[in-house]
Parts: sequence; structure tokens; C-alpha cells
Amino acid sequence: MIPLSYYLILSGVLFSIGVVGVLISRNAIVIFMAIEVMLNAVSLTLVAFSQQTGSPAGQVFVFLVMTIAAAEAAVGLAIIIVIFRSKESVNVDEVNLMKW
Amino acid sequence: MFDYIILIPLFSLIGFLLNGFLGKRLGKSFVSWVGPGSVGLSFTLALKLFLDLLALPADQRVIESITFPWIISGDLQVNIAFLLDPLSAVMMLIVCGVGFLIHVYSIGYMHDDPGYARYFSYLNLFEFSMLVLVLANNFLLMFLGWEGVGLCSYLLIGFWFEKKSAADAGKKAFIVNRIGDFGFLLGMILIFITFGSLNYLEVFETAPVLLDVGSGLAVAITLLLFTGAVGKSAQIPLYVWLPDAMEGPTPVSALIHAATMVTAGVYMVARCHVLYLLAPFSLSVVAVIGAITAFYSASIGLVQNDIKRVLAYSTISQLGYMFLACGVGAFAAGIFHLMTHAFFKALLFLGAGAVIHALAGEQDLRKMGGLKNHLPVTFVTFLIATLAISGVPLFSGFFSKDEILWKSFSQGNPFLWLIGIITAGLTAFYMFRLFFLTFYGQPRFDSHRTHPHEAPKSMTIPLIILALLSALGGYIGLPESLAGKNVFEKFLAPVFEAGTHLESAVHTYSHSTEYSLMLMSIAVAFIGIITAFRFYLKNPVAAEKIKTKFATTYRLLLNKYYMDELYDRIFVKPFLNLALYFWQFIDVQIVDGLANGSADFVAWCSKVFRKVQTGYIRNYALSLALGVVIILTYILTR
Repeated sequence: MIPLSYYLILSGVLFSIGVVGVLISRNAIVIFMAIEVMLNAVSLTLVAFSQQTGSPAGQVFVFLVMTIAAAEAAVGLAIIIVIFRSKESVNVDEVNLMKW
Repeated sequence: MFDYIILIPLFSLIGFLLNGFLGKRLGKSFVSWVGPGSVGLSFTLALKLFLDLLALPADQRVIESITFPWIISGDLQVNIAFLLDPLSAVMMLIVCGVGFLIHVYSIGYMHDDPGYARYFSYLNLFEFSMLVLVLANNFLLMFLGWEGVGLCSYLLIGFWFEKKSAADAGKKAFIVNRIGDFGFLLGMILIFITFGSLNYLEVFETAPVLLDVGSGLAVAITLLLFTGAVGKSAQIPLYVWLPDAMEGPTPVSALIHAATMVTAGVYMVARCHVLYLLAPFSLSVVAVIGAITAFYSASIGLVQNDIKRVLAYSTISQLGYMFLACGVGAFAAGIFHLMTHAFFKALLFLGAGAVIHALAGEQDLRKMGGLKNHLPVTFVTFLIATLAISGVPLFSGFFSKDEILWKSFSQGNPFLWLIGIITAGLTAFYMFRLFFLTFYGQPRFDSHRTHPHEAPKSMTIPLIILALLSALGGYIGLPESLAGKNVFEKFLAPVFEAGTHLESAVHTYSHSTEYSLMLMSIAVAFIGIITAFRFYLKNPVAAEKIKTKFATTYRLLLNKYYMDELYDRIFVKPFLNLALYFWQFIDVQIVDGLANGSADFVAWCSKVFRKVQTGYIRNYALSLALGVVIILTYILTR
């Protein structure tokens, strides 16, 4: 039996990687992938706790998260495509019109 | 049977509403009927009420008619209610009677004025307010009328408001009156605090119980009320508005600024005589102010060249007489003079109006003269009024003025009498100067361009009626020393009963003293007339000689003792400067500065903080992550 803390550490490491990925990369697609990593890190925690407590709620919840993530990916990618069409690039630093 | 007292003021109010809202649409003949008609109705009703009042026994002639409650708030209970007693009956008859005649006169005088309907609506409103003032049974309702007449005075002085001097004069009258009204209001509040009521009968009944003779409270109340009277009745030091008020139409000067409104102060003092008798100090103040004002303004009247201004100063002077009478406790004599003065002064103003009308607006005495044959009716009636005001025996002014002089000698102080009798001489002089300059001598107007003509019937008939009243009005107050019964004083006696103890306090004089004083005042009147005759008719050069000989005095009098300039320097200019300071420094710099400053501060803050909104998504993400880290660290390490 693998102790709970292992799962949590793994998911913490995955989440941090995701955060750093969001912060340092300029490519919108990479940012998008980093967000997915963060999302999955959270899902991992949910599953780990579910197994520990023996309650199925966490597992069910992860299904919902995956469904939402799929929908979100569709919307997000659509936005990125639209940006690419108008800017010929997916560099987020060039998308800075919404400011003072 | 007396419940319809309210109709008397109501008629005029309806007249005001009709003329004010419909007058312009329905045309001049409608206005000419409604304006004087409503006052005529009031007068008829007033006459009927007066006769009803006379039918009652003398000690029951106090009728209170409560129409409906007006203000009920805690201890304060004020009704719309009217008090009819001999004093208010006399005032009511004067206000309605003289008012009606002047309304009729105005039909002729104002006929070609574009503001005809507006004029009559104001005049009706004035009549309403004045009747409320004299008929009210409590101080607050009186104050309503008091303010109402002030408003109408303002509106009518500034009737030709497109003329700057008229608009200014209206403003001046309103502001100067405001000062007096402030005192009146304070006095009223003090009465309410002291007595817990504003009803005349209640206040006057409890006053002798609650207040000691000469107590500070009584003096304070009466002096504050007197401040109001000083403003409204144009006494020193608040008289300055009345001469300027002559900018208004002449019938207005006759009605408001001679016969009725300006006497409101005298009426108020007489009405509150119970309070004044409890404050001997205030009474002496009233007497002294009255006497000084009488002399002071008579001296200014000696040299003025505007026909209406001479009459205005004469009005102030005569009002001084009335206050002198009240001040020595002879309230009935004061009201008697009020009545005769209303007759002859209204007549003088209306006569002056007829002269001005005939000369197409000329008011300067130096450009009149020789009008005797052109204006026969005006000439005769004006002569009667002049004789009456000068105190020539057998005319009304003689009896009333002499009554005051006699009372100020017997109940007051020989010194007050001396001022009074000198003033009587001055009055005779300046009135006959006015008379001779207007009607006698060579015409000094441009006779090629101006053709003087007698006024229309609507103007001459009121003149004739007023002349009859001026000539005969004095006989109802014929003193006992002249085999009269002094009906007038007897009629008023129930009102002024409380004042009689003052009379018994002073030692009585024999009739012979009274006769000799009477002879002296007759002599003084004739000296004044003869001097005027010599200077202005027989030997006009002499007048010029005197003028150059006493050039300084002449200039001082001609410029009204430079009092307007002095007030301007002491009060108006500093006040304007203060207002300017408040406007340009306090308001613009500080008040506006605070408001604009806080807005500027917020704007500056936003300018700085909006830099946070960079538009770089990664910056937002970083601050989000940092925030989470900080909050988590805080929670975990707590």
C-alpha cells in the first residue's frame, strides 16, 4: 500500500510544474497544456483521498472535472485559433490590448 | 352674527386671484371692475360690521371669530381667527375705505400702463394682507399679514422694474424691512416662550400677572416688537427705505407708503399697549424715537425738490408724531392721528399724482408752478389737505396733532412737546412751500410742449371724498376743552382701558394751560405758512439769499444729512465686501476647493494604480500565484 503522502507530494510537484509553466512560457498552447497539468494534479489528489477514505465521491468528481476540462479545451483552443488568425502568432505577450 | 369677518379679507384675496390669473386675458374693463369692486365689497361689509359693533354695549365690543385651526404643534396652537374690537374696526375701516378710493383713483391713473392687471392684482393682494394684519387675533397671523404687506410693498415699489432705480428701491425697502421683521419675529418667539400662547387676549390678560412693571423681560419683548415697528413705519434708524419707495406708482405711495402699511407699526404698538405699559423704559424709547424722527425728517423735507419726496419725508415725520403719542401713553391720540393722517396724506399723494399726471410725469417742483387755473379740483382739494396737515384750526389735522402735542406735554415731557411744536412749524412751512411752488407763481414747465389738463372723473371723485374727510374727519375726536365729546377716544376707550392709570398718575392741568398750548400751536402753524408765503410767493429772491447764506446747512439738508452715504459706507459696503470675501475666498477657494480637491485626489490615485493593468496575461497570473502563496503561508504558519 502506497501511503497517501506520496500521492500528495506527486500532485503538489505536478501542480507546481503547471504553475511555473503558465508563468514562464509565452506560447499560448504551452500555457494551455500547463493548465491541464495543474488540473490533473488536482484530480490526482481527489482520487487519492477517495481511495484513502473509501468514498466514491472523489472518483465521480474527477469524471466531472475531465468532462469540464474537455469542454474548456474546446473553447480555449477555439480562442487560440482566433487569436492566431488575427495576429499570425500565439505569443501571449503580443495580446496586450486590454489595458489602461 | 360676526362669523363672516373672514369674508372681508377674503374678497380682496379673490380679487387678487381673479386679476392675477385671468386679468390679462379678460381685459381692462374686467380688471377695473374686479379690482376696486372686491375692495368695495370688503368696505361695505366692514361698514356693516362696524355698525353691528356700535350696536353692542361698550364693554362687550370684543368679538373673536375663530374660523379654523391653522397650526397645532405641541404647545403651539394658532388659529385662523379674527378679532374685532374698536381698534381693529377703526383700522379696518381706514384700510378698506381709503383703499377703495385709491383703487378707484388707480383706474384713471394707471389706465395706459401695460401692467394694468398685474398692478391691480398686487393692490388686491396688499389689501388682503393689510386686512389680515389688522384683523388677526394672534401675533402669528398678524405676522403673516405683516410679511404680506412687505412683499406687496416690494412688488409695487419695483412695479416698473425695468427702471433700475425702481428695482433698487424695491430691494432696499425689502431688505431694510427684513431687519425690523427679524426683531419682530424674535419678540414674538419671546412672547410665546413667556406666555405659552400667541393669542392677543390670552397674552394681554396674563401679562400683568406674569411680568413685573419694568422687568427686563417686558422691556426686551417690547423693544424687539418696536424694532419691527421701526422698520415697517420707517422711523430712525430704519427710515431710509421710505423716500426711495417713491419710485413706485403714485397711488401706491398714497395707499401703502402713506395711508396704511406704514401705519402698521403704530397699530402694532397700540395693540400691544398692555405690554408697553409694563415697560416704561420701552415707552420712553418709543416717544424719543418718534419725536426725533418727526423733527429730523421734517427738516429734510424743507429743501427737497421732488414733490413725492417732500411728501415721503412728511409721512415719516407724521409717523413720528404717532409714535410720540404712543410713547407718552396716549394710544387713542396716536390712532386718531393715524386716521386723519390717512385721509389727508392719501389726498396729498393723490393730488400730487394728479399734478404729475397733468405734467406728463414731471415730479420736480422747480419745473411746476402756476397750475392753479389748470387743475381747479386738484388745487382746492390739495389746499384742504395742506391746511389739514399744517394744523390750521377747523381741519382734521389740527385736532389730532394738537391732541398729541397736548398729551405729550401733560403726560410726557415739555421737551418732547417742544420738539413736537417746532416740527409742527416746519411742517406748515414745507407743505406750503410745496403748495405755492406747485400751484402759484409763473409756470416753469415748457408750456409749448406740456398742456396741463384736469384728471378724469375716476381720479377727481376720490380726491373730493378724501378732501371732505380731511376737512371734517377731525370732528369725531373733538376734545372736551373745545366743547366736544371726543367720541373717537371714548369709542377706543375699552381697548385702552389699561392705559388710563397712567393718566391719573400725572398731575392734571387746567383747561387754561390746554388753551394756551393750543394757541401756541396755531401761532406756530401760521408762522410757518406766512414764512413760506414770503419766501416762495412774495419774494422768491429771499429764498435764494437764505440758500446761499446757509449754504452748508442747505447742502446738508438737501443731501438728507448724507445718511444714505453713511449707511452705504458703514453697512452696505462692508457687507458687500464680506459677501465678496465669502464668495471668492470661502466659497470658491475652500468649499469648491474641498470638493474639487477630493475629486482630483481620486483621479490622481487612479492614474497611478491603473498602471497595474498591464495587459500582459502572465503578469496577472504571477500576481494571482503570489497572492495564493502569501495567503497560504499566512494560514499555514499561523
